Amino acid sequence: MIQAIVFLPLLAALVAGLGQRFIGTAASKIVTTGALFASCALSWPIFLSFLGGDAETSVTPVLHWVSSGALQFNWELRVDTLTAVMLVVITTVSALVHLYSWGYMEEDPDQPRFFAYLSLFTFAMLMLVTANNLVQMFFGWEGVGLASYLLIGFWYKKPSANAAAIKAFVVNRVGDLGFMLGIFGTFLVFNTVSIPEILAAAPGMAGSTIGFLGQRFDTMTVLCLLLFIGAMGKSAQLGLHTWLPDAMEGPTPVSALIHAATMVTAGVFMVCRLSPMFEVAPIALGVVTFVGAATCLFAATVGTTQWDIKRVIAYSTCSQLGYMFFAAGVGAYGAAMFHLFTHAFFKALLFLGAGSVIHAMHHEQDMRYYGGLRRHIPLTYWAMMAGTLAITGVGIAGIFGFAGFYSKDGILEAAYASGGGGQIAFWVGTFAALLTSFYSWRLVFLTFFGKPRWAASEHIQHAVHGDHHDHPADEHAGGDVHHAHAADAHEGTAGYHPHESPLSMLIPLGVLSIGAIFAGYLFHHPFIYPEEGMAFWNGSLAFDAHLMHAAHEVPTIIKWMPFAAMAIGLLIAWNSYIRNTALPARFVSQFGLLHQFLFNKWYFDELYNLLFVKPAFAIGRFFWKRGDEGTIDRFGPDGVAALVQGGTRLAVRLQSGYVYGYAFVMLLGLVGLASWAMVRFL
Amino acid sequence: MISVGHYLAVSAVLFTLGVLGIFINRKNIIVILMAIELILLAVNINLVAFSAALGDLVGQVFAMFVLTVAAGEAAIGLAILVIYFRGRGTIAVDDANRMKG
Repeated sequence: MIQAIVFLPLLAALVAGLGQRFIGTAASKIVTTGALFASCALSWPIFLSFLGGDAETSVTPVLHWVSSGALQFNWELRVDTLTAVMLVVITTVSALVHLYSWGYMEEDPDQPRFFAYLSLFTFAMLMLVTANNLVQMFFGWEGVGLASYLLIGFWYKKPSANAAAIKAFVVNRVGDLGFMLGIFGTFLVFNTVSIPEILAAAPGMAGSTIGFLGQRFDTMTVLCLLLFIGAMGKSAQLGLHTWLPDAMEGPTPVSALIHAATMVTAGVFMVCRLSPMFEVAPIALGVVTFVGAATCLFAATVGTTQWDIKRVIAYSTCSQLGYMFFAAGVGAYGAAMFHLFTHAFFKALLFLGAGSVIHAMHHEQDMRYYGGLRRHIPLTYWAMMAGTLAITGVGIAGIFGFAGFYSKDGILEAAYASGGGGQIAFWVGTFAALLTSFYSWRLVFLTFFGKPRWAASEHIQHAVHGDHHDHPADEHAGGDVHHAHAADAHEGTAGYHPHESPLSMLIPLGVLSIGAIFAGYLFHHPFIYPEEGMAFWNGSLAFDAHLMHAAHEVPTIIKWMPFAAMAIGLLIAWNSYIRNTALPARFVSQFGLLHQFLFNKWYFDELYNLLFVKPAFAIGRFFWKRGDEGTIDRFGPDGVAALVQGGTRLAVRLQSGYVYGYAFVMLLGLVGLASWAMVRFL
Repeated sequence: MISVGHYLAVSAVLFTLGVLGIFINRKNIIVILMAIELILLAVNINLVAFSAALGDLVGQVFAMFVLTVAAGEAAIGLAILVIYFRGRGTIAVDDANRMKG
């Protein structure tokens, strides 16, 4: 059964990708979407049986892979609780995104390619989460990276999309270098790449040291930090996060699937999968906590200033990933996975909802040109509302809460309970929750409330203009039509009427809304409660029942802190974007420097440009211009060619065609010969 | 008294004139033919002078041969020149560069 779950998407990707000419667009879409829904239908029973507690960890062999001395590993599909959680997340979101793409990508000429990439991505991601050894995990890791690259650059005629794809690939290479070194080091230390064997042997390695960069370090700290660098790259943590916002150049369903719900959470998954290793390396865990909290705060601050609807959600994703990491860092792996689980639903929902808005607004992505959309696309509005309530963590303890309420509170309480660095993470996380609430409600208020501000948008003007060409009758209708348009323009709609998205896009929104509303309420017991969690996770990650117990015992005021932060954020957003819409502009003019700093994403891109990109370009240009063209080419191929050319030019000049010239040379030769003979023989 | 040396000097001057006539002349192919005649005559003077000085008739016989060859050469040269003129419409040396590489 697990083979079917993993390999159906691959099969579909091959059929749709290689056979698109023979089976056509419609068949490609049906094959890939059908395969994903089948995968999804097979995954849920596995998850539910783990939830019920009547499933055992299983390892299904697939193929022999490498058997070389001590290095031995095979293709195997491991299914335990952790994998089962990831399976339902991946297959559910992927299936819904496939369905959603039917509507969203309807006018695209390259649909088979798109669906093939989506399915290929799903296969690689499933390979990653079912890996039983580090090399297979690395295979999936690189597979999702490749699919991400292909999908970000899907609209390959757009230069910005190509640049974003390359950026994502290159930044991920930096992380992958760390991951690879981590795998090499792990093999060096443990003499195996099999994950269960490594995890079993990890506690025995505590206290040992390893030579690295000419120094002696604690073995487990070095290994865990190297592996964590890989996780930072894939999960866009502070420092290696710059690719994620740019990745929004890809189609919106891609952003929902890859850059919100699944691939970017691979780093969190990896840390949880290897949690017994990390447990032996407290320093590494401290770094994880610190990086997670820093990312959480950084991304949230940037998210408050962006105008592009997708970028706001992208920074929101970055920030939520930070939550997951500091949860893992303080030892609350169950809470990290729980947030991953709920986040997948509400963030995919937010992205798909944003896609629906963009679809309705004729590919306008700037929130400054939205407004008042609540009445025009009510179903999208309610879906976005569910997502926003979930991400901001609305809920009342003990009664009911949206998905993010349980997972985020779980993380923050665990961070508080863990003490030390975790308490700092708690305060940072609480402040980030305030910011999360602010930017999420800002997005909703700017998009769905207030008066329409569409008239200034080029996309909308283009759409209105295009409609005129489609219906020339409008042009002849005379003055009253123009009058109507003038009145509309006065309202700010420019005569444009947003249309609700087709059913294929609304169904995924509906399903994900259900997930965003109920996922937390239904599953918080097994994921983060001490006793149920112990039984549910069943050793698939280092579940710390004591910590989770302590998390439930934190003071009531601490329990209410995230809720208070959420409420304050909501109030600020309401005050600035509904009640007093002039306030943000006044704030910007007063704190211009701060706003510029946040709006330009803390100048990370500029800093990296200065530190890495420009020197790399300079070195490259030096070797290109001076090294290759100036030395090798100049004295090598080009030099020889120039020598031959110069020689011939001289020879050509000798062959003037004038007889007297030849005669003169003959005479010279004769004189020379005669002189030589005279000197020699006389 | 006119010695062999004087004859040889005249001959050398004529020879040099002939050679330079070939190189320096850029105008007329007929001049080149005349220059060749000049060279041959210089050689003839050499032959006759040595023949007289050494009392050996072979030199003068050689001179007769050379005159014959020179006559033939002039005839053939002029014939080629006529054909050439018909073809190109000019006998200027500077235009005769078809063998230029």
